[in-house]
Amino acid sequence: MQFVRDRLNYLFRSTKGLILVAVAMIALETAVFGMLSGPMAEFGVRDVVVRAMRMDLVQAEREGRIIILYHSIAMAVVAIESYMITGLLKMKEFYRAAVRVFITIGYLMAMIFGMGFAYWGHNWALHGLYIAGLTLIFFAGVLLAIALWPWNKEAYQLDDAYARTKRGVDMERVAFFATAVTTLISAGFGAIPGSFFGNGFEAFLAENIIRYPEKSTMEYSVIGHLHIMLALVAIMITLIIGRWLNFKGILHKIAMPLIILGTIVLNLGVWGVVTPLEPVAHMIIYVGATPAMLGALMLVIFGWQKLIREGVAGIQKPTFLQKLAALVRDPLKFGPLWQMVFMNFTVSGIGILMAVRLDEIFRLWPAREERIELTGHWHVLSAIIATIILLYYGDMIGLKGKIRTLYGWAIILLSDIAFASVTLFEMKRLFISEATQQPLVNTVMLLMDFGLGMLLVILAMVMVWRLADLFKKKGRWTEERGQDDLSAEVR
Amino acid sequence: MKRPIGPLLAVVLLLSACSPVDLNAPLPVYETGVDPEAWALVPAGEFLSGQHNDPVTIEYDYEIMVTDASVSQYVAFLNQALADGTLDIDGDQVVGFYPGDEFRAVKHEVEIAAADYLFVPLGDPASRFAFDGTAFSANPGYEAHPMTNVSWFGAWGYCGYNGYVLPSELEWEKAARGSTDDRPFPWGDEILRNNANFYASRDPFENMGSFGSRTSPVGFYNGQTYGGYATLDSASPYGLYDMAGNVWQWTGDAYEGQHYRYLRGGSKDTYEMDLRIWVRNNATPTYYSPGVGFRCARDP
Repeated sequence: MQFVRDRLNYLFRSTKGLILVAVAMIALETAVFGMLSGPMAEFGVRDVVVRAMRMDLVQAEREGRIIILYHSIAMAVVAIESYMITGLLKMKEFYRAAVRVFITIGYLMAMIFGMGFAYWGHNWALHGLYIAGLTLIFFAGVLLAIALWPWNKEAYQLDDAYARTKRGVDMERVAFFATAVTTLISAGFGAIPGSFFGNGFEAFLAENIIRYPEKSTMEYSVIGHLHIMLALVAIMITLIIGRWLNFKGILHKIAMPLIILGTIVLNLGVWGVVTPLEPVAHMIIYVGATPAMLGALMLVIFGWQKLIREGVAGIQKPTFLQKLAALVRDPLKFGPLWQMVFMNFTVSGIGILMAVRLDEIFRLWPAREERIELTGHWHVLSAIIATIILLYYGDMIGLKGKIRTLYGWAIILLSDIAFASVTLFEMKRLFISEATQQPLVNTVMLLMDFGLGMLLVILAMVMVWRLADLFKKKGRWTEERGQDDLSAEVR
Repeated sequence: MKRPIGPLLAVVLLLSACSPVDLNAPLPVYETGVDPEAWALVPAGEFLSGQHNDPVTIEYDYEIMVTDASVSQYVAFLNQALADGTLDIDGDQVVGFYPGDEFRAVKHEVEIAAADYLFVPLGDPASRFAFDGTAFSANPGYEAHPMTNVSWFGAWGYCGYNGYVLPSELEWEKAARGSTDDRPFPWGDEILRNNANFYASRDPFENMGSFGSRTSPVGFYNGQTYGGYATLDSASPYGLYDMAGNVWQWTGDAYEGQHYRYLRGGSKDTYEMDLRIWVRNNATPTYYSPGVGFRCARDP
């Protein structure tokens, strides 16, 4: 009994244990439900999985299933970010514990009962428990926002190396706070139409209504919600990575006000889509996105400079190649920042191109082509966020030496091959006709599946290792049990 | 000696992505026994529309083509309409007159003024018909395949020339679903590979390693076995074939404030989710594709 109690204590009461559980849940869900679509369906794998797991897939309920699938994965990601924030930032122990309790119960309920409802017949008790799970996550978010209150003197920043006001208010904490609060408000933009359409049981995917010239307020709200929530998860992970890398100095002082301003304006723009401001909402969104992205650029510059500086320490006049080697020496530190840069080619760049040339290019294509761009675009952003989390997680669990290098580079290279392939697939109509596209489609599909499939294999290996470790008396988990304070690992 | 296997594999992969596609690869020819000239009567009455099964009543009887318009049928139209001056050749296009739509300058709306518009392109290697400078003909083997690479104007023109119309979305949907239940596919609740021609459905016309999907002859999925390939009878409740898969079908509605025209039914190039009866696609009316065709409707 003590054996089980010790393991459960580690998994559900320590920072790293909680993160491990959430990563494992996402890995499991991705592995199982990833077999139901795309090439896996083509190869017939889906039919086998559906039969073996006795799933009940009603055609008319596909959109609803997918919405619950996205949400259950997203909730686990939000939980991971919350664990990281509560592990990295100073806050009262009561709030730290309360946030973790509520969000853990919440995401597990949302994931287990939501997926049960979506894929194994519509049992309304399960739906109720799914909604209860989402509600607990929201409540945890409220507690997190309270815990992050930056105008509490105990949370003031005393070190002048970091962005702070004259009175000492920690600007980075303000950024965390602003992101948490706007996330809570933006969640309402999904919850309200979710209740409206869900109770009427009329689920739809935003990408399927994008061309309708007249959308209802509720439809606009759904479109705004999905865009802003992903952007906020991305901003939050940027702040987390910044804290992990001990972001400071002049770039920190420039970046934090930019991120705060960008986050607030970005949200105002998105919230504006359900108001008479809708015609100019996109402009407000661009105005907000620009400083937020500039803030992230500051972090990348700071992080890369730091990696180079540390890597060439002791070399009097380092050459360009030596600096480059220093930059890429540790993929777990280089990777998250690189992924933020790579995101510009596969997500932001595509989004900007689409916005600028929408009527001239993209709206000349059929709606189904536009759907591919839209869904590809945000799938890549979600997956990039996931890889950044995995890279930080690799450092967190103490990967060292060759394993660290292999794990880090595998995540970077495999994911980037997949993301680049997705981008080519999305944009293929720019350079190839429908009639002649098949060889290109086959190749990019192969690369996508190879990249993502191998990434999942690596994740599975890590999870198996962590599972085996739990059976050891003095495994890695015993060390991690005492490493609750992630800020102690900030160097 | 270390061999650069990784880079070699990458080069091979990249080259394979750029390999040319033979658009005129040999085609199996089968007689389906389904007459493209046949029409089905859809009686007035209520049916369940859309994904959420909204009851809708169509208060008149109408007839709709049992199959998509075939290449042969369209070629006959092109020859006749070109001869009588209804259509013109304009460079590499066959064009015809369209009287235009009311323009409301809604965001993203493009004005469709009265003018000549593209019906079909000439010289497109993906087209299944040929033009020798004086007459059109169906490519051998494709006579009974659905007419593709035809714009909305081309579909509208064909139907109008023959005294028909393009079906509205609701007319199309009722014809596909029938009036008795909320089935997602014209034949019922489930889809199997031999119900319809869709992406990677392993029909005798596709080669996913090379040219990908190709159209199947109209009415192909009628329960017959063709050269060892057994199809399921996938007619709609009113006896229509290919209402799911093979080619997207243009519908006739011109909606206020938008120039897009709507397509239904999914195609040989889409996953089965797009074959569900309520799924809508849309495109500018000048759009054409090897995966887009149409059928007409008329008064009984």
